[in-house]
Amino acid sequence: MIPLSAYTAVSAVLFIIGLMGVLVRRNFIIVLLSVEIMMNAANINLVAFSHYLESMAGQLVALFIIAIAAGEAAVGLAIIIVVFRGKISTNVDEMNLLKW
Amino acid sequence: MVGVFFTYFALVSIAAGVLTVTLRHPVHCALSLLVLLMHVSGLFILLNAEFLWAVQVIVYVGAILVLYLFVLMLMNLKTDERYFHQSALYVLGPAVLGASYVLYNLLRSPFNGAKGDTPAAAVLQDGDTYAVGIKMFSDHLLQFEIVGIFLLGAVIGAIVLAKTPKQLETERERL
Repeated sequence: MIPLSAYTAVSAVLFIIGLMGVLVRRNFIIVLLSVEIMMNAANINLVAFSHYLESMAGQLVALFIIAIAAGEAAVGLAIIIVVFRGKISTNVDEMNLLKW
Repeated sequence: MVGVFFTYFALVSIAAGVLTVTLRHPVHCALSLLVLLMHVSGLFILLNAEFLWAVQVIVYVGAILVLYLFVLMLMNLKTDERYFHQSALYVLGPAVLGASYVLYNLLRSPFNGAKGDTPAAAVLQDGDTYAVGIKMFSDHLLQFEIVGIFLLGAVIGAIVLAKTPKQLETERERL
């Protein structure tokens, strides 16, 4: 029997990897992929707690997180396409129009 | 046996996550994210959540990741020589320190709490899909509707954002 803390440890490692990807990479699409890694880490946590604490609510929230990831991917990629059309670059350092 | 599978899925998903963040070419990053998602779905199988396994494979791998790959191949990105952010080294050290502290605390915690109303035997009796469906359409119906509205808004927003702006082009030509 695998302890619950093993699942939370895997989830924490994946979350840190995703956070590092968001902070470190310069390509906007890779930043979005790292956000997907972080959402998957949260999903592992939710499903593991749902199994070990014998409640179905965790799996439902994981399902809703997958739906929200789908919406986030659609809107994020649309924004990337708009920016790419104007500037021919997906570097996050060069997207500073809203910065002051 | 379960331990072997858990170790395999955990180690491969962590390795694929590291590859996703560190590989140079964006298409390679997306493909290693595919490996990560498949192995995370394997972890879901170990946790008796086969409905979420199917949703993970169909929606995440089949829809979201294919969307990412389409956009990556549509834009045909050139890979930069410097693909990491400049301040990467300043972030890395504190992140490793904080992560190891969090891991130490996580592995020591017992994680006990109040048990819910669906033990593993009840899930296995009718299947996970049945249990998720009963729970979703009885207690969580409002959240389900809200997610539906959210997805509608996301679809409309994506279409509006990605459409070619015709008026702007003609204005720019006039100027």
